[in-house]
Amino acid sequence: MDTSRRRVLQLLGLSAAALSAPPVFNALAKDAPVAAPQIGPSKEALTARQWAMVIDTRKFKSEKDVEPLVEACHKIHNVPHWDEKRWEIKWLWATHYGHAFSGTASRRFIAEEVEHRPFLVLCNHCENPPCVRACPTKATFKRPEDGIVMMDFHRCIGCRFCMAACPFGARSFNYRDPRPGLKQTNKQFPTRMKGVVEKCSFCVERLAEGKLPACVEASEGKLAFGDLFDEKSNVRELIKTHYTIRRKVNLGTEPAVYYIV
Amino acid sequence: MLELAVKGSKRYYGWMALLLGIAGVGFLVYLKQLDFGLGITGMSRDVSWGFYIANFTFLVGVAAGGVMVVLPYYLHDYKAYGKVTILGEFLAIASVVMCITFILVDLGQPMRVMNVLLYPSPNSVLFWDTIVLNGYLFLNLVIGWNVLEAERNGVHYQSWLKPLIYLSIPWAVSIHTVTAYLYCGLPGRGFWLTAVLAPRFLSSAFASGPALLILLCLVIRRVTNFDPGWKQIQSLAVTVAYAICINVFFLLCEVFVAFYSGIPEHMDHLIYLFAGLQGKGAYVPWMWTSMALMVTGIILLVNPITRKNELTLIVGCICVFFGCWIDKGMGMISGGFVPNPLHEVNEYIPTLMEGMITLGVYALGFFVLTILFKIAVSVKEEVRA
Repeated sequence: MDTSRRRVLQLLGLSAAALSAPPVFNALAKDAPVAAPQIGPSKEALTARQWAMVIDTRKFKSEKDVEPLVEACHKIHNVPHWDEKRWEIKWLWATHYGHAFSGTASRRFIAEEVEHRPFLVLCNHCENPPCVRACPTKATFKRPEDGIVMMDFHRCIGCRFCMAACPFGARSFNYRDPRPGLKQTNKQFPTRMKGVVEKCSFCVERLAEGKLPACVEASEGKLAFGDLFDEKSNVRELIKTHYTIRRKVNLGTEPAVYYIV
Repeated sequence: MLELAVKGSKRYYGWMALLLGIAGVGFLVYLKQLDFGLGITGMSRDVSWGFYIANFTFLVGVAAGGVMVVLPYYLHDYKAYGKVTILGEFLAIASVVMCITFILVDLGQPMRVMNVLLYPSPNSVLFWDTIVLNGYLFLNLVIGWNVLEAERNGVHYQSWLKPLIYLSIPWAVSIHTVTAYLYCGLPGRGFWLTAVLAPRFLSSAFASGPALLILLCLVIRRVTNFDPGWKQIQSLAVTVAYAICINVFFLLCEVFVAFYSGIPEHMDHLIYLFAGLQGKGAYVPWMWTSMALMVTGIILLVNPITRKNELTLIVGCICVFFGCWIDKGMGMISGGFVPNPLHEVNEYIPTLMEGMITLGVYALGFFVLTILFKIAVSVKEEVRA
């Protein structure tokens, strides 16, 4: 009985000592100052209220004009290539006028030149995105500061509700581990894992460093990128001076990608 | 009462072993899916939901169908259903268990499923679906178990159960309404974008759920000493007859709106399903089979002569069940995703592995169902003796 009581008291004493230890250590640690990490937007970062893109489709004559843009995008974002069509992942691709504007495009009797023109399609970064509404975990969200619809690959549970919700078919799902499908890896951008959705992000990582999206840079002036709510921006200037159309405006999602036809 | 589930005949144990075997095979294939990813299924970028979600949707209906015995018994004091109410509630439990399992096997990252609760998003219908499904499971477990236990002890069930019982009735409607809202609130999916989707889901639920219940009652009549009652089965058959008629009526409403308006975005999905589009039509024979089954079901169940004959009743119920399964399962999913938003036709054909996992989930569901029915039937036999 006695020994056991002594043991208990010893344990209590030790516990009390252990509990009082951290403040002591903390007090000692104060002598060695550690530089606090600097987190915040870069001074070079490009900003906007709502980023928007204008695609001058007149400047795209054939697939050859599109390839460098798609290549640039898919390469820097580690988008895998699969021969199996079901596993296909694409952020930016070209399609026919009739497919890009299904529902509004005339199914016949259209200008021959337009019929053969490649139309670039990508996430529209809608002002009123249905995918964001559908996501059950907020893994896809609209950035309040610049309107970019983004994905958190680490939070996505892979329910694919966003894919059903997107009226533009802009989203892809990793039906398998994407890494074996990469010829080379860009270490500046994360690779994904199986079971998550991904899509175009308007190159947020490049905007943060003051660079334009990769496809815009590679387009040599065929694409314009700017703030939709800045009257003086290049995109507003183009929209003002050209007749532009957008995909499925009748759905009310307010796509931020404009096409000059 | 659980002890009743472990005391059984050789036949009972054999059946359970068979179900566990199938579920085990399904689990092994699921491990393969977990390792490789959902790429082992036939799903793609364009058809991003498939067999799992199709069966999930259908089974939510079967679960909600249980209310067709609960409501007359508790709300209208239809005494005859006293014998089968517990079977309806237990069928709902097993169905919801299958629904939840189907959702889990459909997730790309199932280990992150708790993110739904960690980051609650009331704007997402899936968030609400999680709540209503689990809530329905909980309600039926609590109600079913306590009412059965009270019956076993020869007393009236606890008074605090009454509000829960009343709550479970609109709750049953809610699970299928919310499941329909998963689909019908999405812009750009013309096939689903219709206000009649939730009512249509409910009508097919009230047909397929009670149809399965009738078949199960007939099995119980054969293999146990408990008779759920011919009168009860007949009342259920009338419910099935009305519900399947309403379901087909709603479907025809859809067809009218799509084709009279002539809007391609609404017509093309139906054309794809029933006639094929751009040379692709894997679902055409299935959809016409579904229609033939539902019409046969209507003929056999509406006509009192065939409804009152056990053999034709069985055939009618099987027709209704599988007719709804095709229509609301694969038809609903594939019809919605094909053609895709860019109006391209990329078909979805489930793979063998996907089928095996699905079969495994069904085996698990029937395992749970057998345990619950075994308990219920044993209690009923005990009370009668």
